[in-house]
Amino acid sequence: MQEQPDGLIAELQAKNPKAFERIYERYSESTFGVINSIVHDKHTSEEILQDVFIKIWNNAESYNSSKGRFFTWVLNIARNAAIDKTRSKAYKNKKKNLTAEYFVDIIEEKTNLSSKVDAIGIKKYIKALKPYCKKIINLLYFQGFTQAEASEELDMPLGTIKTRNRNCMNKLREILTT
Amino acid sequence: MNLNEYISSGILELYVYGALPEEESIEVTKELKKHPEILKEVEEIEDALTQLSTAAAPYNPEALLSSIQQKISDKNHSGVIDHPAKQKKNNLVLYISWAASIALLIGLISVINQRNELRDNINSISATNAQLEEQIDEAQNDAEKTKQLLEVFRDKDIITVPLDGQQVAPEAYAAIHWDAETNQVYVDAKELPTPPEGKEYQVWSLTLEPLTPTSIGLLSNFNEDDNKIFILENPNSSQAFGITLEPKGGSETPTMEQLYTLGVVKNS
Repeated sequence: MQEQPDGLIAELQAKNPKAFERIYERYSESTFGVINSIVHDKHTSEEILQDVFIKIWNNAESYNSSKGRFFTWVLNIARNAAIDKTRSKAYKNKKKNLTAEYFVDIIEEKTNLSSKVDAIGIKKYIKALKPYCKKIINLLYFQGFTQAEASEELDMPLGTIKTRNRNCMNKLREILTT
Repeated sequence: MNLNEYISSGILELYVYGALPEEESIEVTKELKKHPEILKEVEEIEDALTQLSTAAAPYNPEALLSSIQQKISDKNHSGVIDHPAKQKKNNLVLYISWAASIALLIGLISVINQRNELRDNINSISATNAQLEEQIDEAQNDAEKTKQLLEVFRDKDIITVPLDGQQVAPEAYAAIHWDAETNQVYVDAKELPTPPEGKEYQVWSLTLEPLTPTSIGLLSNFNEDDNKIFILENPNSSQAFGITLEPKGGSETPTMEQLYTLGVVKNS
């Protein structure tokens, strides 16, 4: 388990290029995955990932640790950039069905999982994942819906969203730690 | 606060997703700094999500780092150039004034040049316009003539006599369209060879037995007429028509050795 690298983040905010490299090393692959789960296109994901990390470098000072996690801050930048792209006309002509649970398809189709990942665990998890878990995780995590928006989209009470999501995530963590 | 209840409520997952309103998020951050159990839970959630999304990455994007660094340093360099410029503010103002004056001068000269060019253009365009108007006039006249001719050829009372090529010019051909009502003859001479210098075609009306030729006119200005349709008067009760090549001005009697085409009127 990794702690939030607060020292590194402070150096990034002081515009230390070395710190940027290490932040990239740590967050780029998962960010790439988030973007790819939204746009489902390798080439487009590459472009967005570059823009996202340029933003991370340029706007690092705007990260405020009292408001939330650095993980969440990066996630928000990536999701916003990717979702912006999916709203562009050129993208819409290419892809339809924007709320599909791409992350499931992508992981199922992928044969060579990164060494950073418990490949067997993740595959097992995706296989056992309940349909409502796929939907909830996709909306809340990958698509960045608020709890209220997800509740409306899935026609579930707010509280149910929260507890069901907790259960879906617990399954993932169980499999990854065993 | 019951920590276990707080953790199992599911609020921390939403916190990591960024799905909570800002005030709630700030609250959770405060709790997390107070309680290591909450921090540990949040880190585990992040860890699981990192693995999940890493699994969805097309590949490890290590190679993109250098291109990102390149883009960042390109931007920074363009920013650095601004600083020395600020120190030389006075000089800069002078340079800018000079540059502005020169730019203005160049601008003026080019405007004058453009104006002259435009004027030339207008002149040449009006000349072209006049030419085009003439061509349109000509085309209209031609069309008018053609229309008249068409009407003539469509008239059922017209007698058409094909004139076939004779010994001197077996390839030659002509046709006579004779309107006996108006005594007009339309000679279609498109298939006659161009007459040599100093010579002209002469058209003859013939009565047979005894053979009596009567000149009905010359095909003057043969080369200048594009249609090669010539209108002549024929008051005779012709039985045949012939065309001979004669010296300019025509002859009294046809030169039979130079008979180009000949045709007999049918049903006459």
